[in-house]
Amino acid sequence: MAIYIKGKGNISPQQTWGDSPLLETPVLANGNRFACVEPDYTQFMDVRQLRRMSRILKMGVASGSMALKDAGITVPDGIITGTSYGCLEDTGIFLSKMISNVEHALNPTPFIQSTHNTIGSQIALLLQCQGYNQTYTQRAFSFENALLDALMELQETPAQYFLVGAADEITDTSHAIQQRFGIFTDEHHAGAINGEGVAYFVLSGEKSSQDKVSIHSLATFYNADETALNNGVHQFLADANLKAADIDLLLMGTQGDASEEAVLQSTAGSLFPSSAKGHFKHLSGEYPTATAFAVWLAARMIETQTVPESVSIGKANRPLQRVLIFNSYFGKYHSLILLEAC
Amino acid sequence: MAGTGIISAIGNSVSETLAAFQAQCSGIGHITLFDSVHKNVLPVGEVKLSNEGLCDTLWMPAHTSRTALLGIYAAREAVKASKVDIKRWRTGVISATTVGGMDRTENFFIDYLADNTKGKLRNVLHHECGMSTELIADDLGVNGFISTINTACSSSVNAIALGSRLIKHNQLDVVIAGGTDALSKFTLNGFNSLMILDQQPCRPFDASRAGLNLGEGAAFVVLVSDRVLEAEKIKASAYVNGYANTNDAYHQTASSPEGRGSFGAMQKALAMSGLSPQDIDYINLHGTGTLNNDLSEGTAIARLYGDRYPRLSSTKAFTGHTLGASGGIEAVFSVMAIREQCVFPNLRFETPIPEVGIVPQKSFESGITVNHVMSNSFGFGGNCSSIIFSKN
Amino acid sequence: MEQLMADLKKQIIEALNLKHLKPEDIGDDQPLFVEGLGLDSIDALELIVLLQQHYNIKLANPQDGPQIFKSVKTIAEYIRANQPS
Repeated sequence: MAIYIKGKGNISPQQTWGDSPLLETPVLANGNRFACVEPDYTQFMDVRQLRRMSRILKMGVASGSMALKDAGITVPDGIITGTSYGCLEDTGIFLSKMISNVEHALNPTPFIQSTHNTIGSQIALLLQCQGYNQTYTQRAFSFENALLDALMELQETPAQYFLVGAADEITDTSHAIQQRFGIFTDEHHAGAINGEGVAYFVLSGEKSSQDKVSIHSLATFYNADETALNNGVHQFLADANLKAADIDLLLMGTQGDASEEAVLQSTAGSLFPSSAKGHFKHLSGEYPTATAFAVWLAARMIETQTVPESVSIGKANRPLQRVLIFNSYFGKYHSLILLEAC
Repeated sequence: MAGTGIISAIGNSVSETLAAFQAQCSGIGHITLFDSVHKNVLPVGEVKLSNEGLCDTLWMPAHTSRTALLGIYAAREAVKASKVDIKRWRTGVISATTVGGMDRTENFFIDYLADNTKGKLRNVLHHECGMSTELIADDLGVNGFISTINTACSSSVNAIALGSRLIKHNQLDVVIAGGTDALSKFTLNGFNSLMILDQQPCRPFDASRAGLNLGEGAAFVVLVSDRVLEAEKIKASAYVNGYANTNDAYHQTASSPEGRGSFGAMQKALAMSGLSPQDIDYINLHGTGTLNNDLSEGTAIARLYGDRYPRLSSTKAFTGHTLGASGGIEAVFSVMAIREQCVFPNLRFETPIPEVGIVPQKSFESGITVNHVMSNSFGFGGNCSSIIFSKN
Repeated sequence: MEQLMADLKKQIIEALNLKHLKPEDIGDDQPLFVEGLGLDSIDALELIVLLQQHYNIKLANPQDGPQIFKSVKTIAEYIRANQPS
């Protein structure tokens, strides 16, 4: 069964909101770190609501509003969010104060807003949405888990609208620590670039004539070696009743850093010889919930039936009926998300 | 439900936990396992094993976060008790945590703040919530499905509900579901900044209650499909019969006075189970001991039941509030209540909250009929979850 | 007293990030919560921290908050009455 994309909102390092054509002028990373192109938040909430919010909360509320507006919905039936790092900025503020003030006179606000569920519950609070509310935080499956949850919910009761998305932010601290781990260290765009972004989608199990894109199915593979991954991809296609040749475009989450993703490259090459290939992490950067950016990109490509030059590896020469997102996160997390034209 | 495992302030196993309930022996005491200016001021419910002790027992490396260690401890007990050969099936691990590896990160930060080239990196390796779940899955040898939920204090009820749904949708055969949270200076100071920590052992649902005590622990249940039950020739200890997740959408931290989120969660969980409120034999309350939670939850129960409410108690006076683990810990308590046909006391209760007048269970009582148990878990951000366990 | 209230207004705007307000927008007797400035219980906790940080006054019971934090004037009076000399 499929679920239908009714609306999208995406705040990313690229210009992904507003009316501009799809990836008209791709933004390059400044060194090894991307930053989101942020909108004027006063369009989405009043200053009183904004005053307490950290950047990730603002991005969450704004992209959620964009998706709801795009779908023509005011209050969804449920909100499902994926975030690996949660609200890093507020976590860092509280931790630093706790240490520097030696546990005395601490401001409660950053603590309250440090928990991962703050993003989804802040949206619920502003919308007065008392329905289902869930937050997943399984590193690079956080968004996939959120989508799977929505797929099951909407399978049981199709006539609902769920706001489903993902959010992760970079802070100076997180970037510095990741660099000390030896990632995002190359200044010349050769390796992975640290990324961030927030994207929400309005999804429903009920099809309407205006729908252009559906999410068909997804799968996650934790700690899979090449054999397990191969078997997993075959099983995924079999479950979807498809052959590899039915995939028009394989959108790959390759980092640009060959060492970690040899498995993805070789699996993708051997399993999908006839599909066009594209990539996205040079546009979004690498972060645990980058597949939410990929879903937005895939949906936009299907809607517009174009593959931007910055995405395509070689020419895609057939209509885009099916796009398969094939993601790898440091070789430990692999996932597949299949989107179809309606 | 084929097996349970638990570690908390009142015991390192299911049997030790039952013994503590029978003896009405609380696990609340002074902080002994980490340094804090609140050390002799704010009581907590510590697991009575140090990190070194846990690492030795579990054969885990010394830098492993306490959240992961507690989780592994409880998950191993649950899998062993279930007698299920988990490698034979499509098995998943779904955990829940609110702090993840914060107990290590906060130590890293002391050195890092002084000099950002300092601080031992192995202390932030386990920071992400999902890392603790990876470590649990790796320890159990589970390579299939893993997931972590963080809906604050309602997290692990949602983990058990998700596990049940994945089995129902035939995505998995076996799910090890629950939650884990270690005490940390971060959460202690966070709750202290909200001024909702009692400097005395907490008194849930009492008129004189003055806040909560933090606790720590982990608990997991092994959920299996009917097919697994048959093939493995095992007997279920209880069934997951209904669950619901709502949002109060009232305030960032406080619950609405009428308990609209908690009322909705209980009502929807009942509807899913097909039971009427009167069928519930025991309610394990969220009952943190804060003025706001207990009044809101009590009001929701009064709305659902009037004055004919079933036996009910908050077990947090024994364990402290174990945050992301609390739903899992209280799920294990609920299964214990069904298996042992008993209910647990609400320690330190003397006077009902005047606005709602609810009198909880005062002593450990066995030899009674417990067929259906409802367990409540509510959290920051308005997240409310209720789950119902049944004998058959 | 006038100076104390002026300081307080600046400190409140800063602590609660009320960027849309200038000190002179807050009246001495204007209610701070709900119908006035629209502050809530989290702001009340922040004001308790403010008293601690700037005036070295520790409010032990948050339940006293609503009485003290009615307006800038009531806060100033409370500080006057309780500040350690």
